[in-house]
Amino acid sequence: MATTAIQVIELTHRYGERSALAGVSFTVPAGEIFGLLGPNGSGKTTMFRILSTLLRPTSGEVRVFGADLRNDPEGVRRSFGVVFQRPSVDAKLSVMENLRHHGRLYGIGGRELAARCDEMLERFGLADRGGDRVETLSGGLQRRVELAKGLLHKPRLLLLDEPSTGLDPGARREFMRHLVDLRDRDGVTILLTTHQMEEAERCDRVGIMNEGQLLRVDTPLSLVASVGGDVVVVHAENPTALEARIREKFQVEPVAVDGVLRIERARGHEFVRDVVEAFPGEVKTITFGKPTLEDAFIHVTGRRLWESGEEATG
Amino acid sequence: MHGDRGGGPMSEMSGSGVAVSVAGTAGAGGGIHWGAVTTLWWREIIRFLRQRSRVTGAFAQPLVFWLLLGGGINASFRAPEALESGGYMAYFFPGVIAMVLLFTAIFATIAVVEDRQGGFLQGVLVAPVSRLSIVLGQALGCTTLAVVQGLLFLLLAPLVGFSLTAAGALVGFAVMTLVAFALANLGLIIAWRMDSTQGFHAVMNLLLLPMWILSGAFFPAAGAAGWLRWVMTINPMTYGVTALRRSFYIGGAVPPEVATLPAMWLALAVTILFAAVMFAAAVATVRRSVA
Repeated sequence: MATTAIQVIELTHRYGERSALAGVSFTVPAGEIFGLLGPNGSGKTTMFRILSTLLRPTSGEVRVFGADLRNDPEGVRRSFGVVFQRPSVDAKLSVMENLRHHGRLYGIGGRELAARCDEMLERFGLADRGGDRVETLSGGLQRRVELAKGLLHKPRLLLLDEPSTGLDPGARREFMRHLVDLRDRDGVTILLTTHQMEEAERCDRVGIMNEGQLLRVDTPLSLVASVGGDVVVVHAENPTALEARIREKFQVEPVAVDGVLRIERARGHEFVRDVVEAFPGEVKTITFGKPTLEDAFIHVTGRRLWESGEEATG
Repeated sequence: MHGDRGGGPMSEMSGSGVAVSVAGTAGAGGGIHWGAVTTLWWREIIRFLRQRSRVTGAFAQPLVFWLLLGGGINASFRAPEALESGGYMAYFFPGVIAMVLLFTAIFATIAVVEDRQGGFLQGVLVAPVSRLSIVLGQALGCTTLAVVQGLLFLLLAPLVGFSLTAAGALVGFAVMTLVAFALANLGLIIAWRMDSTQGFHAVMNLLLLPMWILSGAFFPAAGAAGWLRWVMTINPMTYGVTALRRSFYIGGAVPPEVATLPAMWLALAVTILFAAVMFAAAVATVRRSVA
C-alpha cells in the first residue's frame, strides 16, 4: 500500500530569465488526493504542465509510478489520465464519439471499448446524453465528460488542472464528490491544482505554492492548526498607522493584506475588546473567528490567494 | 512486457471482468499506433462534414475562382497560339485543382491552430502515442478531404474538352494524393509553430499563395521573366502541378505548352520527395514542440 505515485525531486523550470519553479520536491503516495494550492503565477500551472509531459523541466527529476518522466514519457503517459482546465473534448462530436476517440488513442477497441464507454456514461450520469454533441451540454456536464474521458483507459493516477473552473458551487461540490469516490472505490491517486479553498479542503494533503516554491505540505487540518489561536481581522480608516500602533502596544505582528490587518492571536475575543478600547474611532470593523485554510495560506505565504479582481476567473 | 500494469486499479473494481492492458495494446516507442492514426483521421472528416459552411465553401470557392478568373482572362487576352487547344480555361483547370488542395491544407492548418488554442490537442499529446502517429492521422484526414474535393472538381474536366483515360485518372488521383499530403504537412508545420490564426494571413499571402501562383498553375514558366522562371524551377509545387497536368494527357496528344514542361518521371520524383520531406519535417516539429 506504500506505493509511491508521484515523486518530484528538486524540480526547477525557467522561462528564459524568469524562474517559474525553484527547486520543488514532494512525494504523493498512491491512493491520495493531493492538492497544489496557490495563486496564479505561483508555479502550480508550470508544475502541472511538467507532470503531464507537456513541458520539459529545466532540471530535476519526476517519477510517476516508477517511470522516469525524462527517459520514459510514454510510460508516464500510460499510467495517468489528465483533465485540463481548457476543454479537451471536441464540442462538435457527441459525448460517445469523444469517448470512443479517446479509447482508440489509447489502443482500446471493439467490445472492450464499447463496454468501457457505457460504464463511464453510467458512472457519471451521462447515459441518456451519449448521442448529444458536447456543445449542447451545460458546463457541469461538459466537465463530467472530461472526467469520463480522462478515466476511460483506467489510469492509476488522475491529474486535474483547476478542475472546477467555471462551475457553479453545486456542480463544483458534485465534481469533488466524484473525485473522492474515485479514490475510495477505485484507489485512483489524484493530483489537482486549485486556488479554491473548498476544493483544497477536500484534499488529503495540500501543498502550498508561492513564487515558484512549495512552502509547506500537510493535511488541511494541520495547516489550519498551525495558525496560532484565532484570527482577528481589522478594517481601519488608516491601516498603515494602526498596524504600527497595534504592533507597538500588543507586541504582535499584524499582516496587512489588501488594506486589511490580520492578527493571529489566542483568546481572540479579548483581543478584539482590547483593540477597540485602545484605539477608539480608528477601527471601522473588527471580527474574529476560527482559522480557515485561507488563513493558513496567508499565514504561510503572507499574501491572499486571490488578488482583488481575480475572483471573476474562479 | 507491459502486462504487469494491468488495467490499473479501476479494472479490479469495475466488475466488467475485462482487464485488458492499456499499455500493451497502445504499444511503445516511436512506431505507428494505427488506432490513434485512424481516430484522428476520422475526426478530421467528421468535423468537416459537421461544419456546413466549410463544405459549401470548399466546393464553391474553386468553382468561382475558375469561372471568374479563368473566364475573365480567357476572354480578355488572346491566348498565344500554343494555348489554342482548349483555351485558358483548359490551361487553368489543373491549376484550380492544385488550388483546391492548397486551400484544404490552409483550412486544416487553421483548424490545428484552433485545436491547440483550445484543449483538444493537449488531450492527444498526453496520450501514449508516437508523435509520428499524431502527424500521420492529421495529415491523412486533411489529405482525404482535399483529394475528395479535387476528384469532384475533376468531374468538370469534360467541360473544357479533357477526355481522361483510366490510366490518366489513376495517375491524376495518385498525384493529387501526394500533393495534398505534402501541403497538409506543410500546413501542420506552420500550425505547430504558430500561436494564433492572426499570424497565419502573412504566411498565407507570402508563402502559400505565391507557391501556388508560381507553380505553373496560373501561367506557364516558359513565358515568364528570368527570375520568375528560376523561382518556378525550384518551387516543388511546380512539379506537382506538372505531374497533374501531364496526367490529363496520358494516352492522348500532348499539346506543345505541356510538352515543354519537366518530364513526368521528374515531376513525380520531386513530388514524392516533397511529400516525404514535409512529413518528416512535420513529425520533427511536433516532437520538438511539446505543447
